[in-house]
Amino acid sequence: MIIVFAVFLLTLLVLTAVAVVRTENLFVAVMLMAIFSLLMATNFFILDAADVALTEAAVGAGVTTVIFLGALALTAEQEKPIVSGRWLPLAVVSVTVLVIIYASFDQPRLGDPGAPAHQHVAPWYLEKTAEFIDIPNIVTAVLASYRGYDTLGEVFVVFAACIGVLFLLSVPPVKPQKSKSSDNSSGLRHHLIPQVVGRLLVPFIFLFGLYVQFHGEYGPGGGFQAGAIIATGIILYALLEGEAAALNAIPKSVLMAMVCGGAMLYGMVGVAGMILGGNFLDYSVLHSDPVIGQQMGIILIEAGVGITVCGALLSIFHAFAERD
Amino acid sequence: MLEILGYYNYWVFALVLMIGFYAVVARGNLIKKLLGLSMLQSAVFLMYITLSKVEGATAPILQKGVEDQIYSNPLPQVLILTAIVVGVSTTALGLAIVVRIKEAYGTIEEQDILKASGP
Repeated sequence: MIIVFAVFLLTLLVLTAVAVVRTENLFVAVMLMAIFSLLMATNFFILDAADVALTEAAVGAGVTTVIFLGALALTAEQEKPIVSGRWLPLAVVSVTVLVIIYASFDQPRLGDPGAPAHQHVAPWYLEKTAEFIDIPNIVTAVLASYRGYDTLGEVFVVFAACIGVLFLLSVPPVKPQKSKSSDNSSGLRHHLIPQVVGRLLVPFIFLFGLYVQFHGEYGPGGGFQAGAIIATGIILYALLEGEAAALNAIPKSVLMAMVCGGAMLYGMVGVAGMILGGNFLDYSVLHSDPVIGQQMGIILIEAGVGITVCGALLSIFHAFAERD
Repeated sequence: MLEILGYYNYWVFALVLMIGFYAVVARGNLIKKLLGLSMLQSAVFLMYITLSKVEGATAPILQKGVEDQIYSNPLPQVLILTAIVVGVSTTALGLAIVVRIKEAYGTIEEQDILKASGP
């Protein structure tokens, strides 16, 4: 039965993708893209990837949509209709789809336990995690410990992208700024229903974000998801009460300290391992019992990841929102 | 029938990948191009997660006191989890460049930018 549901969702995914490309109103396209992300998250969940589904729902459907809308407010909402030159790309794209579908028959079938991807390191991870790290969520164990270098690199990419956005958007606009109307900065304060519902929701979003952060070793979750969820909560607050209120609660200097401090915390845990006589990002030496050392290291670097992601996403949001 | 459905994820991957690519090459609007690019990225995510699925398995979270449970492959999931967050950061960087282009040229349509920037 689940396979019928999966086929239905995947078909919807393709239809949404076509709709995103066809519509000429960019606001509609961005909204359809949020639906696309939500469908994608459901598909990930069906394919046993609970952590990935949580990330896609928080980041893809939540934060990405807000950032796209922020950019739309600064550019144009309507796309110019294309006049010519669509047949060549259409032909190239169609031929490529047919080639990939032809090649897909050489791929292992969905769920084939003998597929090459399941033969290399994955069985080792599944077998030895209980012994070496002793936390139930293997995704977190691989993310934070076995492949800690990868994750460190990803955190620094987020850091670098955030710095790039701030550099590009902190230059004052060339044209004289339009005088800010008063309702622009007060958010949705005059709309009763969004305000009441939003105020009720914000604390629970924070609570859920913290739960995802600290429960990441035992269930689906971790620093990436928690950072995105907490950032979403603060963005909701900014939309309700106005951006000034959100900046008042968490000033920009704090956000910058979060972006740098989280990445540094991650690096320092690695360096601490070196000082104590192990390798870089080897957590076993952090405690006399290597298993507890691993758990300590994972909790610390997950905290670093969460702080950096939350700070970076909020900085990016404020950079777009301020330019209005 | 079920044999054929086992390849359905790959076909959806191919379709979404190429729909996104079409938006990047055929559409002139820069924001539409970025939407296409993130769609293309999502298609690759779907491909990786499809590779991680094992029949009859569950999410790779160990359960105490449960024997003989098989788990899906955690490695592709880890790679995609981090890639999603990096994806939103790089998309934001692209959007920041689009905003600056709009301020410099007054438009985000590729044809008009080429005209405005001269021969």
